[in-house]
Amino acid sequence: MADFEAFKVSRRGVLAGGTVSVAATSVPVVRARAAAQPATPTVPVSLKVNGKEHKLMLDTRTTLLDALREHIKLTGTKKGCDHGQCGACTVIVNGTRINSCLSFAVMHEGDEVTTIEGLGTPDNLHPMQAAFVKHDGYQCGYCTPGQICSAVSVLEEIRKGVPSHVTDDLEGPMKPTNMEMRERMSGNICRCGAYSNIAEAMAEVAGEKA
Amino acid sequence: MKFDSPAQTNPIDQLKIVGKPTPRIDGPLKTTGTAPYAYERHNVVPGQAYGYVLGAGIAKGRIKAMNIAHAQQAPGVIGVLNTLDFEPAPLGSQNTANLFGGAEIQHYHQAIAMVVAETFEQARAAAHMIIVEYEREHGNFDLAKLAPDAPLVKGGNGEPSVDSYGDFESAYAAAPVKLDATYTTPDETHAMMEPHATIAAWDGDKVTVWMSHQMIQWGKVALAKALGVPQENVRIDSPFIGGGFGGKLFIRADVVVAALAARKFQRPVKVTLQRPLIINNTTHRPATIQRIQLGAGKDGKLTAISHESTSGNLPGGGPEGAVNQTQLFYAGANRRTALRIAELDLPEGNAMRAPGEAPGLMALEIAMDELAEKLSMDPVELRIVNDTQVDPMNPDRPFSYRDLVGCLRRGAEAFGWDKRNPKPAANRKGRWLIGHGMAAGFRNNVLRKSGARVRLGSDGVLIVETDMTDIGTGSYTIIAQTAAETMGLPLNRVRVELGDSSYPVSAGSGGQWGAVNSTAGTYAACVKLREKVATALGLSGDDITFANGKVASGDTSFALSDAAKNGEIVAEDSIEYAEVNESHQQSTFVAHFVEVAVDAYTGETYLKRMLAACSAGRILNPISARSQVIGAMTMGAGAALSEELAVDKRFGFFVNHDLAGYEVPVHVDIPHQEVIFLDETDPWSSPMKAKGVGELGLCGVGAAIANAVYNATGVRIRDYPLTLDKYLDRLPKV
Amino acid sequence: MRAFTYQRASSAAEAAKVVYNNREAKFLAGGTNLIDLMKIEVETPTHLVDVNGLGLDEIAPTEEGGLRIGALVTNTACAADERVRRDYGVLTRAIVAGASGQLRNKATTGGNLLQRTRCPYFYDTNQACNKRKPGSGCAAIGGASRQLGIIGVSDKCIATYPGDMAVALRVLDAVVETVKPDGTTRAIPIAEFHRLWGDTPEIETALEPGEFITAVVLPKPLGGKHLYHKVRDRRSYAFALVSVAAVIQPDGTGRVAIGGIAPKPWRVESADAALPDVAAAARALTAGASPTEENKFKIALVERTLAGVMAEARS
Ligand SMILES: Cc1cc2nc3c(=O)[nH]c(=O)nc-3n(C[C@H](O)[C@H](O)[C@H](O)COP(=O)(O)OP(=O)(O)OC[C@H]3O[C@@H](n4cnc5c(N)ncnc54)[C@H](O)[C@@H]3O)c2cc1C
Ligand code: SF4
Repeated sequence: MADFEAFKVSRRGVLAGGTVSVAATSVPVVRARAAAQPATPTVPVSLKVNGKEHKLMLDTRTTLLDALREHIKLTGTKKGCDHGQCGACTVIVNGTRINSCLSFAVMHEGDEVTTIEGLGTPDNLHPMQAAFVKHDGYQCGYCTPGQICSAVSVLEEIRKGVPSHVTDDLEGPMKPTNMEMRERMSGNICRCGAYSNIAEAMAEVAGEKA
Repeated sequence: MKFDSPAQTNPIDQLKIVGKPTPRIDGPLKTTGTAPYAYERHNVVPGQAYGYVLGAGIAKGRIKAMNIAHAQQAPGVIGVLNTLDFEPAPLGSQNTANLFGGAEIQHYHQAIAMVVAETFEQARAAAHMIIVEYEREHGNFDLAKLAPDAPLVKGGNGEPSVDSYGDFESAYAAAPVKLDATYTTPDETHAMMEPHATIAAWDGDKVTVWMSHQMIQWGKVALAKALGVPQENVRIDSPFIGGGFGGKLFIRADVVVAALAARKFQRPVKVTLQRPLIINNTTHRPATIQRIQLGAGKDGKLTAISHESTSGNLPGGGPEGAVNQTQLFYAGANRRTALRIAELDLPEGNAMRAPGEAPGLMALEIAMDELAEKLSMDPVELRIVNDTQVDPMNPDRPFSYRDLVGCLRRGAEAFGWDKRNPKPAANRKGRWLIGHGMAAGFRNNVLRKSGARVRLGSDGVLIVETDMTDIGTGSYTIIAQTAAETMGLPLNRVRVELGDSSYPVSAGSGGQWGAVNSTAGTYAACVKLREKVATALGLSGDDITFANGKVASGDTSFALSDAAKNGEIVAEDSIEYAEVNESHQQSTFVAHFVEVAVDAYTGETYLKRMLAACSAGRILNPISARSQVIGAMTMGAGAALSEELAVDKRFGFFVNHDLAGYEVPVHVDIPHQEVIFLDETDPWSSPMKAKGVGELGLCGVGAAIANAVYNATGVRIRDYPLTLDKYLDRLPKV
Repeated sequence: MRAFTYQRASSAAEAAKVVYNNREAKFLAGGTNLIDLMKIEVETPTHLVDVNGLGLDEIAPTEEGGLRIGALVTNTACAADERVRRDYGVLTRAIVAGASGQLRNKATTGGNLLQRTRCPYFYDTNQACNKRKPGSGCAAIGGASRQLGIIGVSDKCIATYPGDMAVALRVLDAVVETVKPDGTTRAIPIAEFHRLWGDTPEIETALEPGEFITAVVLPKPLGGKHLYHKVRDRRSYAFALVSVAAVIQPDGTGRVAIGGIAPKPWRVESADAALPDVAAAARALTAGASPTEENKFKIALVERTLAGVMAEARS
């Protein structure tokens, strides 16, 4: 039987975890500083981000979001809550959108990640980006990259026939109706309240495609 | 530039660029993820270490002991900033709660330590290793319990104050139609998408903070005080702000601990408040209990108006000014307004978008709906008959421009209000109870000094520098429009630089005062630049025109850039207001119309249509102004239907302290929204003849929704938010 | 978040063994619940066994005419599967009523079943919580309890099982297939999968230490109308106040299960038997409820939501 593909984990010294669990339950007495600091487990991770290969050495705890923002320094993907509750961190991994904050980078070995920077640039906007500008589908701009990654994916999900909560006929073809888009976009919160405009931007792009 | 009398015809009136629907000039940056927000500015200073804040686990008391040893030993840790090692940081004049330092705990999740480490993961892990022993003290957390004994707020003379005019008591007693009802609004949180964040770095005794802040100058003054350094040693840079809504008006713990840690550990430090900490660590819109009494004649004319509101705050904190609009909104010869405040040990209550008016109108405008029903009068008409063109408590003082009636009429027409069935619970379509509601709204226009510097380069590019911020409001774009219009340049020849405290002090972003004042300040600087340009080109006389990139006088014409041939021309000025504020009341007005469908089985409420008609002076950019209004309507929809911080009255904290527990509206909650701007100008406001619009959309919309739910169900709910548990038992039997 | 070591599992049985042998180890599937809780140290594993890539992401027909849904099938893939949409509409509808599109793209069938409660005190490590820290007390009792349970709860814990998918699985009488650390397998009826809290709210399911879910099996299709109505404070991206999953036959008989009110999807035989009498069914479903002042509205809401679902079934 195949064994585990023991993943290369560098474990200089004692695992940090062990020390931590002792500390959290121990009585509050100041202890002498340990001579050597336990190391943090790190792992090699390679990601293909916007077509470019990145080889990183990461703390296992690094989320895909923080790998992008803090290590690859692609800061277009935003951290709004870090708990999957706002959608600002939405990126497209192997063709589907996910919350990059609730995924460890190490889970994405070899994955293809598309971030907002991979969709278009200020001089060469993706049609969805251009539609957001035209319809003012944003205000403060912080949720916007996530909104746009979702918007692009939503149209794709509708095309692929993924049902939603507002789909009446589960077996019929899906259409990019206003309600379908609004329901499917609901995992992307915009506190500035640009929803009505985002729906119009998406309708324009969906119309062009249809 | 002094502004002391109504604006005359000026270059802005050309309206070649100002007033035209203009997509945001920062749009390509924001939509491609290339606009830099505070926490992500890797390039501004090398060697940034990561901070992670620990919040207090109790609401009131003291820290007896804090064991940071394990945290200090944890991998990657550079050091721990311990509140016990510091005196409480001196507070800025607008802050109430202690931001950092000392053993005293004033509220839940008060910042008590920050771990600084090489990585975010290390800092977060180590922060969880800190062991704190507390001495808990009794605290007050229940507004309803304290309200009956809450004292009146003191007025300017230090005495408990009631604002009154005429004789309310007698007029109310004599009124043929009366309403006396109590309304409540809950604690709410800003929930801006970008958490509070700062990168701080010292260079000798000077500190630079790259942060997310609405009011650069206020922040600079407060931070200097907190750190005990001269103001000139503090620089703030905040070019992009991921929303604030009042939550970033005054500095919060992030910038204080980042700066203290950067100094202590001699490393640039970056920190963001983790989302579950923000709600209790920062400020919120305080809950209110509001009693409204209205007395009217059979003709609907108000004869007596009383509005009293009670809210809570930490000792020393202010009240939620929920009665303010009631002093000015409707006519009526006898009136009384008062604020009461209870001392609570919940987190600090402070400004949130349309402070005062937002909760105040949520109550007042249900009351008006109730009164209309008692009078058997159309609620639109009731508001029209009670319109006033003067300050009702100072009839010699007119409104500078007020077309609430226009808002009501235009809005009603566009919405099809006349087709509404005024009888409640009488419009059922299958399982849906359909309802229509309306409300009016009001928000003052605030004039504040605002400065800007403009630089004309030899390439003909004009750069505007001001510490004004763009919190999603569209400042970049309207400032560029203003400069382009005044200097006769196309928009793409203007660059706007914002949010840096080394730029001239502006009005900043708050109280919907940003747009009018910052553009007026830009206009002032441009007018000065025009003079300098004329001088440089040797032009004089009063026929000089600036158009199409050219400066012309008589037969002579130059390219504008010619003026800067021998070097950049710089001009700086501010707009300053005198008297216009006192002699005329400046306000903005809105009428909201809403259609809802309430599920007759479950009580779920869905918004079907929303329309707002606004009277707000000249609209500088219809695109971004409309966005401000629909965004505020969205926030108002949340306040009406789902937003509420749940208070744990035993332990004294907001329990649902994240974005899953505190439910702001999502896409599917919000229908297509329509906004009408009345075509008008207000020359009393400024040379721009514009007024604020950023908060107006929030004013009254919650009540319009509540009134629509009443119309749909026949159930009058006076306690926000209108969650289904409050009326389920009064829906039709199933 | 505590530091942890990470490995990819190569077989389900081996994964079970590792997690069994290391009390601080956990399976990592979609990660959308586990990582959330690790960040705030409600969960503190020091070793993660990534079970993605075990080939458990397929949906296949069973000999009995049902479907076997691999434990790593994502919520989106399950909801979008043609056979599920056609024959088990209630399952599709329940899944798409939960979380958001992004989360469902990552969330897995096994992980979704095991998602932990959304009680806000469970999420706040400053607060007493018997589920998080056995014996520490329950801060929710007497606190903010509007979202919490009204039935099947105990004086140790009044939280709910928050998920949607499992409510549909309960109506469908699905079976959870597992492999134990010793390599043996078993099938747990969904009715027995989630436990009532009793005195041990930290024990939430029938799974034994290290036991790994390999699949969820749907019996052969029931026919009828498949409905799922989820009531919440906002219209999407929110947990249920009350939800009703139902499969209703043309004569009005059928099955119902309720979400959002109890430690598990709540189904009562006598309620099914009472259908189409909504009042009787609702009485049976909420018999013995012990709500708090803040959440007693859920009793009426169960009946009203059920009435709405039955009306929809008739239409
Ligand atoms: C903001 C937000 C909103 C949400 N809203 C909803 C909602 O409305 N309705 C709803 O139903 N859900 C909702 N969810 C929860 C979401 O559905 C779950 O997080 C998800 O289904 C969990 O699946 P996962 O694969 O990511 O699990 P993981 O997080 O990977 O795992 C969860 C737990 O299950 C264990 N585990 C995973 N797979 C197995 C296996 N095969 N065998 C044994 N143990 C295993 C893990 O060790 C872990 O302890 C929401 C989540 C978030 C963050
Ligand atoms: S209800 Fe349960 S989960 Fe919530 S605090 Fe009490 S024990 Fe913990």
